[in-house]
Amino acid sequence: MHEKLKDNRILLSIEDLFVEYTLDKKIVHAVNGISFSLEKGKTLGLVGETGAGKTTIAKSIMRILPEPQGQIRKGKIMFHDTDVLSLSDTQMRSIRGEKIAMIFQDPMTSLNPVMRISNQIAEMITLHTDYNKAQSRKRAIEMLQLVGISADRADEYPHQFSGGMKQRVVIAMALACRPELLLADEPTTALDVTIQAQVIELINNLKQQYNTSLIMITHDLGIVSEVCDDVAVIYAGQIVECGKKEEIFDHPAHPYTRGLFESLPDLSKDVKRLNPIRGLPPDPTNLPIGCKFAPRCPYVEPACTQTEIQMAKFAQREHHLCRCRVFID
Amino acid sequence: MSTMIEIQHLKKYFQTPRGMLHAVDDVSFKIEKGKTMGVVGESGCGKSTLGRTIIHLLESTDGKIFLEDEDITHIDSTKLHAVREKMQIIFQDPYSSLNPRFTIRQTIKEPLILTKRFSKTEIEEQTDRLMEMVGIEKRLYHAYPHELDGGRRQRVGIGRALALSPKFIVCDEPVSSLDVSIQAQVLNLLMDLQEQVGLTYMFVTHNLSVVRHISDDICVMYLGQLVETSPSKELFRIQLHPYSKALLSAIPSIDIHKPKNRIIIKGELVSPIEPQPGCRFASRCQYAIEQCKEPQKLEELLPNHFVSCCRAREINKL
Repeated sequence: MHEKLKDNRILLSIEDLFVEYTLDKKIVHAVNGISFSLEKGKTLGLVGETGAGKTTIAKSIMRILPEPQGQIRKGKIMFHDTDVLSLSDTQMRSIRGEKIAMIFQDPMTSLNPVMRISNQIAEMITLHTDYNKAQSRKRAIEMLQLVGISADRADEYPHQFSGGMKQRVVIAMALACRPELLLADEPTTALDVTIQAQVIELINNLKQQYNTSLIMITHDLGIVSEVCDDVAVIYAGQIVECGKKEEIFDHPAHPYTRGLFESLPDLSKDVKRLNPIRGLPPDPTNLPIGCKFAPRCPYVEPACTQTEIQMAKFAQREHHLCRCRVFID
Repeated sequence: MSTMIEIQHLKKYFQTPRGMLHAVDDVSFKIEKGKTMGVVGESGCGKSTLGRTIIHLLESTDGKIFLEDEDITHIDSTKLHAVREKMQIIFQDPYSSLNPRFTIRQTIKEPLILTKRFSKTEIEEQTDRLMEMVGIEKRLYHAYPHELDGGRRQRVGIGRALALSPKFIVCDEPVSSLDVSIQAQVLNLLMDLQEQVGLTYMFVTHNLSVVRHISDDICVMYLGQLVETSPSKELFRIQLHPYSKALLSAIPSIDIHKPKNRIIIKGELVSPIEPQPGCRFASRCQYAIEQCKEPQKLEELLPNHFVSCCRAREINKL
């Protein structure tokens, strides 16, 4: 997935990103050498459990890490040909929201409770375009209609909407400036399944309509299967396996990826007992040497914990990479 | 087989400034001993209220509740203490349902002290046994809830619920706030415990794959009403109610090769305050007709498979 070659189909490429948080004099190693690239119009799923570093990656791309605790230690985030990490705050502000937008997990807290939703969307359009107030408002209402909210509700406040509708407002706002890249951080986790189905359909339609590239952050493999082209499985701040969706879903190789699939109750099979991954994720202030998954891995060998394990390619599959010495033959 | 819990026409209404909120409206079902009844539905459909009303955390408005064939709908506080020992609840959020100032050992021990039936040594022995049963390591005996991860906290919640050897446990979304790998550990624990001590569960959740895995029977609720109930496998084979069809089709599948026949339901839940008589799903239902505005009856269309929809026979060609 990650190529040195300059390729103008590539919209975003992250190279060897390291992010740390300093908390109570302890260093939390949240992201430890992440590299991936995303083609225009494609959707990449970042999958992993709580604390794997998924949201930190998205916040690094947007440059909205909490300061001063969160620090990018190393790496490049190339958006087109510019490294967003080298931009000044002013330059970054013109990209954020306009070229790269983010949808957060909780729609209840990402809207201003004392501002009408039409004004919240219009404010952002006024900021990033040369539209005047009336034009911005018109565009805001168009955006709301696009996500299925009628114009006569445009002047209501967030509390007057249900959770699913608030998430639509947030999506309308994120897409108002037609960003090239959309970062969706668990956009449906707070929603009910039938509403989730509506929102996923909406995101899929809008993606096609605007040819937006999408990074979908989720812990739900079902959602990945529905919306993503590529998948990267994240564990303890590293990609442990990545490739095309078909490669990962048909041939999960890393013991962690396999464990994730086996932990899910399968709707089409009758299994009496689930096969959970034993143990817990490692302490990010004190990560093990070598494979980070080794303490929980049923296939662990002494050599797994001696040196860092590199990503390796599968001979038979073009894009499939895996960070495991046991399963790469 | 004998019945553990039976509810008949159970109702729970809440008085609100805008009128009466019908949280649970005329729900009847039975749970046999040693079985698990899954209750599914979306947020606000009354599934948690139903669980809480059954175990008397909320007073029912109307209807009857039977525990092992004994009417416990209206009982005084002395009797309630005795009944509570038989019925327990595991809450959704293991963060807010534990006392932050109690060590986890104190939390698990508390019910044993309150019941005043045990001597000091018995209490200590029993606590050790419980903690081992739910898989909490010895080194954590004196830890506080904030030192534990979600999965372990939920184990503490389960240990506390089991302290007085209850017969019936309401599990209110016990794994919803946990990561998948941890979720599987807790589900296995719940199923093992059921096998060991013969517990009866009412498992309230919005997660349909979890409910299929753990339940023998399933109730589907929509806005306070029971719309469909059947054995679990049967429901996943065929859904008779239009809402159940849409609900099950909405689950994102991890099978990337299976064609998706998703039914997207339009619109949102209507208000449960002073609802109109008739089917509450009608405003979002593609099959709705005039007759749907009349009260619906739960009918057995297939063996053990009940549905409350006047068009179910016709839609499903039965």
